[in-house]
Amino acid sequence: MDVLDSQDRARFEQLILPHLDAAFNLSRWLMRGRADAEDVAQEALLRALRFFRGFHGGDARAWLLQIVRNTCYTWLEKNGSLDLSTEFDEELHPQPSVSPETLAIAGDNRERLTRALEELPVRFREVLILRELEGCSYKEIAAITSVPIGTVMSALARARQRLHLVLTRSTAPHQQEAAHEL
Amino acid sequence: MSCELTPTVLHGYLDGELDAARAADFERHLISCSECVTALETQEKLRSLLQRAALYERAPLALRQAVQAQLGAPARSSVTPIRNLPTWRWLAMAATFLLAVLLGWRLLPLVRGNHGETTLASAIVDAHLRSLQPGHLEDVQSTDQHTVKPWFDGKLDFAPPVHDFVDEGFPLQGGRLDVVHGRTVAVLVYARRKHLINVFVWPTSEPDSEPVSGSQLGYHWVDWRKSGMELCAVSDVSPDDLANLHHLLVQ
Repeated sequence: MDVLDSQDRARFEQLILPHLDAAFNLSRWLMRGRADAEDVAQEALLRALRFFRGFHGGDARAWLLQIVRNTCYTWLEKNGSLDLSTEFDEELHPQPSVSPETLAIAGDNRERLTRALEELPVRFREVLILRELEGCSYKEIAAITSVPIGTVMSALARARQRLHLVLTRSTAPHQQEAAHEL
Repeated sequence: MSCELTPTVLHGYLDGELDAARAADFERHLISCSECVTALETQEKLRSLLQRAALYERAPLALRQAVQAQLGAPARSSVTPIRNLPTWRWLAMAATFLLAVLLGWRLLPLVRGNHGETTLASAIVDAHLRSLQPGHLEDVQSTDQHTVKPWFDGKLDFAPPVHDFVDEGFPLQGGRLDVVHGRTVAVLVYARRKHLINVFVWPTSEPDSEPVSGSQLGYHWVDWRKSGMELCAVSDVSPDDLANLHHLLVQ
């Protein structure tokens, strides 16, 4: 494999390293455990370094996050914890009639939010993390996750609905059942 | 549930991803559809919960160092998981780091000029990295300049300028004391989108100066002197963002 010369390394340091936090954050939320997240993020950065000659400018963060995501999926697959079969054909239900106030009470707790996010299928979790924590546009999310923008949009809508359900389920079971019957 | 609108429209609107015509259509729809109004409020609430909960997790220092080491060394084909590094290697790394800091401190005084600037920049980038570790960012956490400013009183022999620039997109997050080159300095913490900016402040007897900037380990910094204070802002935001904050601070 090519060894990068000092100019390439300087470019890598300037373009890619500023996105190390983004890389770790995505890895942390896809992998769940912090220790795994560190190893995977490190491996992803190593891959990025190896493929850096193939990066010809453009959105450096999206480029790196795509590598991070692929590395995470490879690890998850290897450990048998990747389940992609279920979620995408599920029908999008109308919003349940839980008031914003109920949600505010249900979600005003970092731990509970974390658990609710971790409970989501990885495909939903990743669009939420990229959109809400990383501030990516639909176009960037589509590039990072290698799916069409339309799929990003419906995944995001479903992910938010799911998160909402998980959060309100833990505090307001009766309301949630009621919402299902509607 | 009677609204026939595709839910993705609501989410597209929420995310600012609709074009102007479709956004206007949706806003007209909101006038007559209370269901969508409630759904939109709920989604806005959900978003603010996610953003307020500080769920973003920054790269640990060990990861940053491991990546940096990889970048310095010829790229290897396998990863040494950082958590499996034997303790003595950590100790060796720590000792090397400490030695470098001591040497830097002993041999290179805090002076201007190219060499001095580079060491100062290193010390400040190091301090910035330290501050990003959990629990190290702020001693006083407040977005109110009238809380942050008095907090520094009695802790320092100078009064750092404390201003909030929330309207300009740089909300004040708080402040802390730090030590750079053996000197106690004030640090103001600003946010810029998802990123943090540390502004180090200490008194100087040197005349005012134009901003000098540079970057190191992927972090950018800009340093200047004004009215008896030297300020150095450091962050992973773009140099343009840092330049904007510099303009605000010298106003």
